[in-house]
Amino acid sequence: MQHGRFLYGLQFAFTIAVCAFLVVPVVMSILAGLTVNYFVGLESGLTLRWVLEVWDGYRDTLFLSLGLALACLVLTLLLGVPLAYLLARSRGRLARAIEELLMLPVAVPGLATALGLIVAYGGLAGFRTSAAFILVGHVLFTLPFMVRSVLAVLSVIDLPTLEEGAASLGAGFAQRFRDIVLPNCRNGILAGALMVVTLSMGEFNMTWLLHTPFTKTLPVGLADAYASLRLEIGSAYTLIFFLLITPLLLALQALARPRRTVFAERDPSAENDS
Amino acid sequence: MPRRQFLLLLLPAALFFSAFFLLPMARLFFIGASGESGWLAYLAIVTDANYFRALWTTLAVAAVTTVLTLAISSIAGVFLERHRFPGRAALVAAMTLPLAFPGVVVGFMVIMLAGRQGIIGEVFTMFGGERPIFAYSLAGLCMGYVYFSIPRTILTIMAAAEKLDPRLEEAARSFGATPWQVVRDVILPGLRPALISAGAICFATAVGAFGTAFTLATRIEVLPMVIYTEFTMSANIAMAAALSFSLGAVAWLALAVARSASGSTVAAAG
Repeated sequence: MQHGRFLYGLQFAFTIAVCAFLVVPVVMSILAGLTVNYFVGLESGLTLRWVLEVWDGYRDTLFLSLGLALACLVLTLLLGVPLAYLLARSRGRLARAIEELLMLPVAVPGLATALGLIVAYGGLAGFRTSAAFILVGHVLFTLPFMVRSVLAVLSVIDLPTLEEGAASLGAGFAQRFRDIVLPNCRNGILAGALMVVTLSMGEFNMTWLLHTPFTKTLPVGLADAYASLRLEIGSAYTLIFFLLITPLLLALQALARPRRTVFAERDPSAENDS
Repeated sequence: MPRRQFLLLLLPAALFFSAFFLLPMARLFFIGASGESGWLAYLAIVTDANYFRALWTTLAVAAVTTVLTLAISSIAGVFLERHRFPGRAALVAAMTLPLAFPGVVVGFMVIMLAGRQGIIGEVFTMFGGERPIFAYSLAGLCMGYVYFSIPRTILTIMAAAEKLDPRLEEAARSFGATPWQVVRDVILPGLRPALISAGAICFATAVGAFGTAFTLATRIEVLPMVIYTEFTMSANIAMAAALSFSLGAVAWLALAVARSASGSTVAAAG
């Protein structure tokens, strides 16, 4: 299989190149955040000064963003998973319309959604100045990602037949949902959860208009830092953001490592970790 | 499904969505017409030369972003799903890490790649070439959006590739299909729904996002930046609202077309 090895090598090299495109700037910015003077270069020495400066000035934004992301995840799970199931089961015109409608907060620019929320609820001072105001925006924006991610998995399996089988054996709706629907869309839920948390942590388009001086999220602080502070501080702030997000992502990825379909060309002994 | 169950599952999401999206949008729609040009503000995106140019720029950037992202992510995503090799998990982890990056951070990454101190410039000067600085141009914005979209598109493609039936490919191969024919006639049709839905999300994000443009700022005239400027600098909330609706309509249309295309494939397949 000379040809096969060549194709394999080509794809491997391509994948590595894509990875480099994604990772190299991250490494550069981490270095910049730890360098005394980036324009001079690494010769100027390494320091934690910039990181500590950011921690002192901006750590509240970290905690707010974390709290918002978790609250957002809980809400999208509660609202989104039943909705995805519903859309998977009833492929009628109404289901299509609901799916269409649900995508609107992604299609409409975040700025517009934020403007809408401000004109509708900006008058409720207690709500406007609380973090809940931002949370509402985040849920609107992330909900379709949860729904679509679960739906994508549910629509490739034959749910009606599985459920009918279970129902014929006497399983009620709740039992079918717990024992058939949820395990089957496990990968979809995890992929969706990963998206919701990370999108919420990073949401800027709406948050930039929804935030108040007392409810600054991490990306809002980052934009501040990029615009008005020196490059090293912006980089150090970004570094703190990376430190926060990386363990979270790795944990979620470890959870998301799915049971595999065994492919014929693959060594089956390599699959016994599942 | 019984009607009662249907409504019970639908109700929480429906209430939330109506209160916090439909109602605010309805109000914004009327505010859009409250400016000095009245309802004509909704036509400004085609009648005003500046807005119209910004619209075309935005669409072109989004289209290029979508095509590049899908091509790159399909090759890498299917490869990563199909092959096991040492370091694969680390590679996947590294490639999905930028998933969490906000547009503003992506803008900063573009500056690291193609800015004045960027690595691309360093490499070019090492080989004696001119130092290209394109971070602050449309090319830089495009690069930022591709950077932004690759991780989530790869995840979608990998999830879809996992569900592909390997027996179909083996059957094709045993009938003498070349690798390219397998890709074109078996893998791509299998990935089609995922490609269309990921592509639609990618397009809509590139149209509506403004974090990256906000960081790269200066000379980039895409619609979200124009809207933001109208709202903050000119305090013209009516025009900002009207333009937002025009932009939202364009993005929604793209998504709707994509979805009806993918929907018909799903129906035909099953």
